[in-house]
Amino acid sequence: MTLVAAGTARVGALDVAVDLTVADEIVAVLGPNGAGKTTLLRTLAGLHPLDTGRITLDGTVLDDPAAGVFVRPAHRSVGMVFQDHVLFPFLDARENVAFGLRSRGVGRREARRRADDWLARVGLADCATARPDALSGGQTQRVALARALASEPRLLCLDEPLAALDAQARVEIRRALRRHLAAAGARVLVTHDPVDAAVLADRVVILEAGRVIQTGTMDEIALRPRSTYVADLVGCNHYRGVAADGRVTLAGGATLVVADRTVTGVVHVSVHPRSVGLHREAPGGSSRNHFAGTVTDVDGLGDRVRVRIEGAVPIVAEITAAASTELGLAPGHGVVASVKATEITVYPA
Amino acid sequence: MLGSASFRPEPGRRRRGTGAAVPVPVVALAVLGAAFFALPLLGLLQQAAWSEVVRDLGSPEVRAALRLSLECSLWATALATVLGVPVAWVLARGQFRGRSLLRALVLLPMVLPPVVGGVALLAAFGRTNGLVGPWLFDTFGIQFTFSKTGVVLAETFVAMPFLVLTVEGGWRALDARYEDAAATLGAGRWTTFRRVTLRLLGPSLAAGAALAWARALGEFGATITFAGNVEGRTRTTPLAVYLLLETHPGAALALSLVLLAVSVVVLVALRDRWFGVRR
Repeated sequence: MTLVAAGTARVGALDVAVDLTVADEIVAVLGPNGAGKTTLLRTLAGLHPLDTGRITLDGTVLDDPAAGVFVRPAHRSVGMVFQDHVLFPFLDARENVAFGLRSRGVGRREARRRADDWLARVGLADCATARPDALSGGQTQRVALARALASEPRLLCLDEPLAALDAQARVEIRRALRRHLAAAGARVLVTHDPVDAAVLADRVVILEAGRVIQTGTMDEIALRPRSTYVADLVGCNHYRGVAADGRVTLAGGATLVVADRTVTGVVHVSVHPRSVGLHREAPGGSSRNHFAGTVTDVDGLGDRVRVRIEGAVPIVAEITAAASTELGLAPGHGVVASVKATEITVYPA
Repeated sequence: MLGSASFRPEPGRRRRGTGAAVPVPVVALAVLGAAFFALPLLGLLQQAAWSEVVRDLGSPEVRAALRLSLECSLWATALATVLGVPVAWVLARGQFRGRSLLRALVLLPMVLPPVVGGVALLAAFGRTNGLVGPWLFDTFGIQFTFSKTGVVLAETFVAMPFLVLTVEGGWRALDARYEDAAATLGAGRWTTFRRVTLRLLGPSLAAGAALAWARALGEFGATITFAGNVEGRTRTTPLAVYLLLETHPGAALALSLVLLAVSVVVLVALRDRWFGVRR
């Protein structure tokens, strides 16, 4: 099962790049609100037409405006789990799950039997006759999943599957969802939560303002973020600059000494907060980069502390609580941050 | 609609409830206004010679009028539904220039004097010199004037706006994602409409139909102008009430009570839906 989508869809003033290849795997589309994630899913399901380009599923063209092809949602074999689930309020859980089977011509009795099967699989055998308004958020999420899976779609789309749940249900459902999504087939899920992406997906596509910024595994993305949004998501310092002769000149004019001399030209730079040291005064040692600045935030994370520093090179450091106490860090204090040249990752833009 | 700002407590004033009392002159006028509505109803109930009401309702003339009214108003409701639901659909979901013009056109009969409506219907459907009337008569043999069909048409004309308005509101409040969900589950457009849209629209549809029926049942002006006043064919209950008032006031009163009872029942059944008392 392979989905190949390459095109654009316009929604409001935003042109969303619908640019995605999904084989038998789970791909997470990660991005901030308003990036066009839901629009992307809706084009795959046939709920929003492409303006340019083409979508194919296992070689069948689903949408190709230039060729005048558009397959209606009902004929696509693309399942959808909507944000806040959208269960039919006038049907009980069993009839909700059976709806797709009934629409595709399965007999009433057989559809009910299979619906009960699916409800049992998601652990809701007892709720078959419950109306959606009598179910909890976690339960409606599972009914919605069972409803989408019951038609055995070739591609399954999930729009923020965990966003409507409270914190406790999230952890539980996330684990269960991972189990249910493990079955073969192409799956695309949209989320703004990097934890969802890391736990559920094999691969991540970062979508920002309608454009695909980066794709890869969560680990690859965490190591080499290609935008400030991604760096913030994975908790990394990120800069852009021009590299030459083991030095990177940042946009603001500051320079970094880096160990990697192979990469030159316009580059991204990432520095993990744990490799940033803090000092009262500039220490010695030529292999180190020093930036003086002012502390703006000090956030405790158990035995570690995140310190945000504004200056010529704004940077976030993560140090031990003990070190923070020793330095007496508080907002407004002056401080010097240091990073070893070997701890700086440089990669082409 | 009450804006959230209107509940902001003003300085130097108690919270809503005791402090925000309505001024006395306003209360006095409001009581007068309420009495203006209540008195005619009281009069109707007081004047009725209850022992005779049952007998009056049994007279052939009265029963013919009631039967005709029931028949025609139900047909009018059905026609208003069949034509009104698509209009509501177009108004709620369509995106085209002149939509507000279409809405104004459809809602016009609500504010138009019914007699004018009757004259207009004559101008369009009159057999001898209407716009399409002669053609309808020559081609299909349909005659509206002095016929039940004419009564149904006149009643539909005045009743349909109530249905369109109610159903359009329901349609606008409907979350289109339910229809999207049905589509992704393999339901074609007709199945989606039948199994999802209509189900979700059900309450609005019922309310709109009930209002339209009540309006059709009470229709007088357009009916008498357009369809005439022929006993057993176009003399509906309101027309009978008007005529009986001269010859047999007791029967007129009895029929009025029937119409009043119907209105009250519809009103009570719809109190939450139509009159905006939402919890």
